[in-house]
Amino acid sequence: MSRKTHNQRAWFFVLPVVALVAFNAIVPLMTVVNFSVQETFGDNMFFWEGVTWFQQTLASERFHASLLRQLLFTGIILAIEIPLGVAIALAMPRRGPWVSVCLVLMALPLLIPWNVVGAIWNIFALPEIGFLGNLLNGMGFNYNYTQQPLAAWFTVVLMDVWHWTSLVVLLAYAGLIAIPDAYYQAAKIDGARFWAVFRYIELPKMKRVLTIAVLLRFMDSFMIYTEPFVLTGGGPGNATTFLSIDLVKIALGQFDLGPAAAMSLIYFLIILLLSWIFYTLMMRNEEQ
Amino acid sequence: MANIRLVDLRHSYAAAPRDDGDYALKRMTIDWADGGAYALLGPSGCGKTTLLNIISGLVTPSEGKVLFDERDVTALSPEQRNIAQVFQFPVIYDTMTVYDNLAFPLRNRGVAEGAIDTRVREIAAMLDLDAMLPKRASGLPADGKQKISLGRGLVRSDVNVIMFDEPLTVIDPHLKWVLRSKLKELHQQVGATMIYVTHDQTEALTFADQVVVMHDGAVVQIGTPIDLFERPQHTFVGHFIGSPGMNLLPCTIENGMAHFDGIAIETRARPKVPAGASKFEIGVRPEFVRFADEGIPVRIAKVSDAGRFHIVESRHGDTAINLLVAEGTALPADTAHIRLDPAHTQVYADGWAVT
Repeated sequence: MSRKTHNQRAWFFVLPVVALVAFNAIVPLMTVVNFSVQETFGDNMFFWEGVTWFQQTLASERFHASLLRQLLFTGIILAIEIPLGVAIALAMPRRGPWVSVCLVLMALPLLIPWNVVGAIWNIFALPEIGFLGNLLNGMGFNYNYTQQPLAAWFTVVLMDVWHWTSLVVLLAYAGLIAIPDAYYQAAKIDGARFWAVFRYIELPKMKRVLTIAVLLRFMDSFMIYTEPFVLTGGGPGNATTFLSIDLVKIALGQFDLGPAAAMSLIYFLIILLLSWIFYTLMMRNEEQ
Repeated sequence: MANIRLVDLRHSYAAAPRDDGDYALKRMTIDWADGGAYALLGPSGCGKTTLLNIISGLVTPSEGKVLFDERDVTALSPEQRNIAQVFQFPVIYDTMTVYDNLAFPLRNRGVAEGAIDTRVREIAAMLDLDAMLPKRASGLPADGKQKISLGRGLVRSDVNVIMFDEPLTVIDPHLKWVLRSKLKELHQQVGATMIYVTHDQTEALTFADQVVVMHDGAVVQIGTPIDLFERPQHTFVGHFIGSPGMNLLPCTIENGMAHFDGIAIETRARPKVPAGASKFEIGVRPEFVRFADEGIPVRIAKVSDAGRFHIVESRHGDTAINLLVAEGTALPADTAHIRLDPAHTQVYADGWAVT
């Protein structure tokens, strides 16, 4: 039995971390909490409002609409990027000189700043002068993302797929090359076809990296702001106004700091909750 | 079940091999009898896994043919050859239960579920896995996983050969023995040809009826454990098998007799000297060296206790000669004479036994 030592000096060693976390997380978050329960008219005059802003936000049709758009967008890009990323990773060579070529090509979109991606696609998809817009119209499609909601959605989704599928590819590829050859050899001997090899060897072995990929892509896409803002500015109308764009409109456009703060907190909790659900679902059975 | 023949086999991993050194496997022709228990024994990097993978079809040889019952299977895939292989590290399908793991090869081949069920339960009983069947395979210990790997080979009733690539590497020492006896028992039960790759002589000698010793990409001897012990065809076999290995004494051949440092040594047969040989050695196992009143004078360097034996290390000049002496035998002091048992003393020319 070891004797318990009563020495409070250890707390001093934790202090720097406490201070750091306080300054970069707790203090800013608390100011948001502060705003979310009060009304302000400037001049540092605050009036207590309690949970009014939260009630208002949760009941607001505008919030519901942008939340719905957000869920739809995230759902669509996850449904495209995860399978597509895995498929590309499967198709990539595992050995030889082409490996590095493929990896560099895959990494390129990830290196471009987000607002530049938005600007690139803004021009690329313009109906008259943009390559994509011109091409689609030339093929007989009536395509104009600045005016048609469907075209705007198509462009935003395509842009996100172009920008972020690589991340899924790289993660899935890392998972794939970590599988020892013996697994493939055993599968060959067991007479497993391509689909069985994927289903029973590759997919289970990629589970951890895919969990990371899904979580990263979920969080990033759920918070997406810059790219659609530069591309469509949330339009046409409110067609591509996702949560963060809406939030900025309320906070900085209308300067409704109270409702914006309440919305931020709700937004944050939704992300936290959904991440937890994703993680729990994907990691089920892992601890056996 | 099949009789396996490797004809003029040769393999190189290099794209354009130039000389013998580029070949991981030197030219060889071997017959593996149907239903035999073989061990492929050799140090790491001697080409035994390459040879195994050529038989299983995971590697296509650069030259030569692989025949199963005289049918050329050189170009066929492992699946078409109908073989089973157990790898060094257990390969199991993590997400499946033990039952589904065992059923997997049969399901891939479109066998009816009823037949699968009978067969899986039969094999599980053989491997003592019955109680584990509904469990998830990933939860089993290493020896259980290795049994599953083996079971996936055994469920197919018509496998031509079951191959083991150092299957006990990750198994705890006290379970190695259990699993090895299980293998031996299974061999008698199912009667399939089994080829067992290992670098551990104990594993090879206890498992196999016939041991194939490999060295540097070539097969140096094929024989029963007793053959390998008593009649090593190559100094490598003498040295690699046995503990301690065979004593090798440099010698000259004069008038048809081997001479070690001027002392005539009587050997099993009068050596017929092959033309062009440059290096001669006398090989004798420590078990067949005795202390005597006259013979080779030696100095005793070290005695170590190996349980029922003493291992005596003696020296004649620079040449070390080991003896195994039964416990309780009086050991001479500093210097002594030793005698080699002529029936077990063999002359080697350039490494190969001379008869």
